[in-house]
Amino acid sequence: MAIKSKPRIKVPSEAKAGEIIEIKTLISHEMETGQRKDSTGKPIPRAIINKFTASFNGKTFFEADWFTSVSANPYQAFFYKASESGEFTFTWKDDDGSEQTATAKLTVA
Amino acid sequence: MQLRSWTPSRRDTLGFGLTALLAAALAPRLVLATEEAVAAELKKLYGDKPMADGKIKLDLPEIAENGLVVPLNIDVESPMTEADYVKAVHVFADGNPLPQVVTYRFTPQSGKAAASVRMRLAQTQNVLAVAEMSNGALYSAKAQVKVTIGGCGG
Repeated sequence: MAIKSKPRIKVPSEAKAGEIIEIKTLISHEMETGQRKDSTGKPIPRAIINKFTASFNGKTFFEADWFTSVSANPYQAFFYKASESGEFTFTWKDDDGSEQTATAKLTVA
Repeated sequence: MQLRSWTPSRRDTLGFGLTALLAAALAPRLVLATEEAVAAELKKLYGDKPMADGKIKLDLPEIAENGLVVPLNIDVESPMTEADYVKAVHVFADGNPLPQVVTYRFTPQSGKAAASVRMRLAQTQNVLAVAEMSNGALYSAKAQVKVTIGGCGG
């Protein structure tokens, strides 16, 4: 299954320099494990999001490799140490090669 | 409804035998990951390097009523500076069909080597986390989660 829906992200829009902020993300995806069989007994092929990447102003600061044990509609929370104003880019990579991205701006006072 | 008495014929016996054989032949494929599988994955990653206890806070429910969505919070103690930070964290579940759950790669910009995710657990089992520090040191932590499929708290 390609990624269809828009991901949801929760990031503060402002932070002080040096502040550690929490980022929460959620995306709709079946995360089909490849272990299940359909009604005719045929195995359903694996189809998951296998990689999540978070970067700030083009520099990757957090990566997650997801395997089949990650629940459907994967939720991922993590942290970032604010130092300058700029933009976050979050990328979800599907087994089928498709990608979904989301961005969020951060102002550092 | 009347119950018929039934004596297995030679053909029936043969059929049962074959079914049992087939089941036995197929069974290994359905076997879930084991501690050995987790150990093999770790060996692929880090060889026989020793692992210390501590540094990792593995926050998991003791009892998960729904094995499809088990919350996992991981927090590794580290100053997260250029000189000393957590490079990677691997999470394994030794009772799932595949042992890997998630691998995180942190940087000093992460600020905190912590992350939360929701995972599937097929049965009651151990969840193991291994953290690799920037100086190459390894730490591990383990926690057992009881999975109750029926949701009756049994």
